[in-house]
Amino acid sequence: MEKFKKLISTAVALSLQDVDTDQIIPARFLKATTREGFGDNLFRDWRYNANDEPNSDFILNQSEVGGEILVAGKNFGCGSSREHAAWAIYDYGFKVVISSFFADIFKNNALNNGLLPVQISDEFLLKIFAAIEVDNKTQLEVDLENEQITIIQTRESENFDISPYKKYCLQEGYDDIDFLISKREEIEAFENTISI
Amino acid sequence: MGAKTLFDKIWDTHVVHSIKDGPQVVYIDRHFIHEVTSPQAFAGLKKRGIGVFNTSKTIATADHNVPTKDQHLPIKDALSRHQVNTLINNCDEFGVELYGLGHPYQGIVHVIGPELGITQPGMTIVCGDSHTSTHGAFGNIAFGIGTSEVEQVLATQCVLQRKPKTMKIQVDGKLKQGVVSKDIILYVISQISTSGGTGYFVEFCGSAIESLSMEARMTICNMSIEMGARGGMIAPDETTFEYIKGREFAPNGTDWDKKLAHWKALKTDEDAVFDTEYHFNAVDIEPMITYGTNPGMGIGITESVPAINPTSDPSLTKALDYMDLQGGGQLLGKKIDYVFIGSCTNSRIEDLRMVADLVKGKQKADHVNAMIIPGSKQVEKQAMEEGIDQILAGAGFELRQPGCSACLGMNEDKVPTGKYCVSTSNRNFEGRQGPGARTMLASPLTAAAAAITGHITDVRKMLN
Repeated sequence: MEKFKKLISTAVALSLQDVDTDQIIPARFLKATTREGFGDNLFRDWRYNANDEPNSDFILNQSEVGGEILVAGKNFGCGSSREHAAWAIYDYGFKVVISSFFADIFKNNALNNGLLPVQISDEFLLKIFAAIEVDNKTQLEVDLENEQITIIQTRESENFDISPYKKYCLQEGYDDIDFLISKREEIEAFENTISI
Repeated sequence: MGAKTLFDKIWDTHVVHSIKDGPQVVYIDRHFIHEVTSPQAFAGLKKRGIGVFNTSKTIATADHNVPTKDQHLPIKDALSRHQVNTLINNCDEFGVELYGLGHPYQGIVHVIGPELGITQPGMTIVCGDSHTSTHGAFGNIAFGIGTSEVEQVLATQCVLQRKPKTMKIQVDGKLKQGVVSKDIILYVISQISTSGGTGYFVEFCGSAIESLSMEARMTICNMSIEMGARGGMIAPDETTFEYIKGREFAPNGTDWDKKLAHWKALKTDEDAVFDTEYHFNAVDIEPMITYGTNPGMGIGITESVPAINPTSDPSLTKALDYMDLQGGGQLLGKKIDYVFIGSCTNSRIEDLRMVADLVKGKQKADHVNAMIIPGSKQVEKQAMEEGIDQILAGAGFELRQPGCSACLGMNEDKVPTGKYCVSTSNRNFEGRQGPGARTMLASPLTAAAAAITGHITDVRKMLN
């Protein structure tokens, strides 16, 4: 997993609520057996029409808009547990997803892939959407060390929560599986005590 | 220690290690895997040069991506074939039991676990699939995980998780005629929204829940994830024990007696406190149907679709645009094109019996394509033994072979663009059943009624 410290970037705004993982990556693209390449089909059915031509109304097809931060409406990543959703977002080039609420499984999947889910208040989310609407070159600063997100142009900022453990993992590029493997002896001892 | 919820009791006895201010290492008793979310996890093990921690606790099947016709032939789609073959090779290489295509136990992962008696009370169960919550109907902690977590479980038999909050959802009273467990859960989700349960683990209780069969309870727990909950559970009781007894992998002899004594103690203490509680009355529930593009967008069959204000609710506006429905209108009488009866929500023998009872001696509407996909080879076999296949065929329904099928349209079973499908599955997301497909979620009864009449129908009018 790549290390994450701080990011300053423009952002792509997707203000819809309840964006489910079927929209992020439709099931018919889940047939691969590797983790790479899912970015090509990120938001496939919103990004392309039925003839596989880019849909010019969709935000990712607007050449003047870009960045390594995706800002999305409340309850982002609901539905299927497919980690392919996190892989697709990361593979496309996003390093951070901002929303006022994340679905549980998506949040875990993102964190396990070095994609930082930043959960902020509904009010601050609206401020970010408003700032991007006024100027799509608005830059956001995501500072993991200080657990703070700032709209550079307006200097407005808000703190976000992340567990000290997950913060350490992201900063050091350390996986949960590395941690669990380090506990194998303890797990074996536990397993010997149970009857199921 | 103070009073505890059932969830707390099971969780706490499975914690191997706690990280200060962080997640806990939770031991997993049973791990189900399938072809779609496991290949990258096995690749991770290979990269690290490690094996599966405890092969006796992982069970594999092929379900998401398999054809539902001619399963004895090689899979036509090259990518699907490669993915299913990858599962076969991985299970062989790592020593994991596989109930693949052609095996008498093959089927949808959340159907076969319970029917084989692998799913038992008091366990922790995970699978790389969000509908793992299904297993919670047996009084255990079951939840969906991502592929990195599948790799964690394969490597260490544990996952790192933060303990969720607890929620109680109590439904009391007697269900009205024509109202079944699918309607209960669609009603609950419509009341608390598609994100109302996020961050929580739910215990369902109350007289309406206790009166349900195990299969009906599974339908309820299955859709816990559709309100965002980590999982759902129902305390085990005599109905649970009766269901498990005698199944292939159920305990027997003195082991059964020992387990049963343990299972009987699995309940929430009377004065235990939940972080959130909801109470509903069964008499308020009608047959339900969804009108929008998430499972929270559901109404009673005689109710109207909510009126919309495009400026204040862009998500609902987008949903109704996609569904090509008018805010404020009724769905009754709306012409439909497809009926899909299947998925881990409603593909068990009781679901098939329910449909067969309703359609016996009737004919589906000419313009409707009615597909029934049994949840497993065992369900399929049972349906044939009971003559259900003949009844369905007589009514013009097509009974196909087991798999996830048109619930998510990974195989050939898709609903075409713009077509309406009344579906017993769990998700009505845009494109879920195929690009541009318009899904309306309902119970097997309501779906079967729509197949017969060709439009959205109040099934109560067809019952005596």
